[in-house]
Amino acid sequence: MAALINVPAKARRGDIIEIRTLTSHIMETGFRHTVDGKLVPRDIITTFACRYNGTEVFRADLFPAIAANPYLSFFTVAKESGKLDFEWVGDNGYSSTASASIIVE
Amino acid sequence: MQDDDTSNPGMLFVLDGEALWTKKTGVADKACADCHGDARSSMKGIAARYPAFDKALARPVALDQRINLCRTNHQQATPLPHESRDLLALSAFVAHQSRGTPISVGEDPQVKPFIDRGRALFTQRQGQLNLACTNCHDDNFDKRLAGAPITQGQPTGYPLYRLEWQTLGSLERRLRSCMTGVRAQAYDYGSPELVALELYLMSRAHGLPMETPAVRP
Repeated sequence: MAALINVPAKARRGDIIEIRTLTSHIMETGFRHTVDGKLVPRDIITTFACRYNGTEVFRADLFPAIAANPYLSFFTVAKESGKLDFEWVGDNGYSSTASASIIVE
Repeated sequence: MQDDDTSNPGMLFVLDGEALWTKKTGVADKACADCHGDARSSMKGIAARYPAFDKALARPVALDQRINLCRTNHQQATPLPHESRDLLALSAFVAHQSRGTPISVGEDPQVKPFIDRGRALFTQRQGQLNLACTNCHDDNFDKRLAGAPITQGQPTGYPLYRLEWQTLGSLERRLRSCMTGVRAQAYDYGSPELVALELYLMSRAHGLPMETPAVRP
């Protein structure tokens, strides 16, 4: 699925950087019914994780009250140049990944 | 939120549309890009003049109808259902190429009678609440309806991401939900009445810049 990632391309060592992620997901709560009364099964993203050169720097659990297309923003300290990997895991075996690179001077 | 492309959820659909643009489909096994080339140049400013007059059908067609006509006539594929993710993604991708272009609907003399039809529908009282579009969107656009501001009904950013819908939606969906709001029977998707209303609204917005994909509460 499509994901939009905003990571500064360059940062100075020790800088606090903001990372913003937006991914495409319906986030069906599991509490809604169709017009003929059938329960719509839950289909949400349950966890999100961000790894910075392999080290986990941020993790979040997501719940049914979170709106569709979850937007997450968080901060980390720029330590070294490298790659940030993002992973969303959800119901029905859903898994989606994205990555971004950063240059630290 | 709307101006930052990395936090505008409508951009997720634009990305999907970009992928669909180059995907081969239908019996003809052709992608949009095979005829139209790079959308960045070929589709620039196109959405700013839609709904536009179609000579073969002798009536104006909206952008998503044009996409489906292209699918049936040139790609020989099945038309995409109204408000389906793929159709919204494609029309968002095409309309996104016109971001910043001033709307030019209404310059074609052939659509004049349809704009008049749209104006008539806009001022026609309807539904159990017996309200016309004009009663709110012309007479009271500076006020509020419950907590929400009443708009002038400028359709500059469609298809747009509405937080209430939690997805992208077309101008037709927006018009239909307003009609349901005044307890009227909403026109069907793709009906000539909705296209006439769209045309009238776009002609009112003549000169305003396109902002697809917009974000609205």
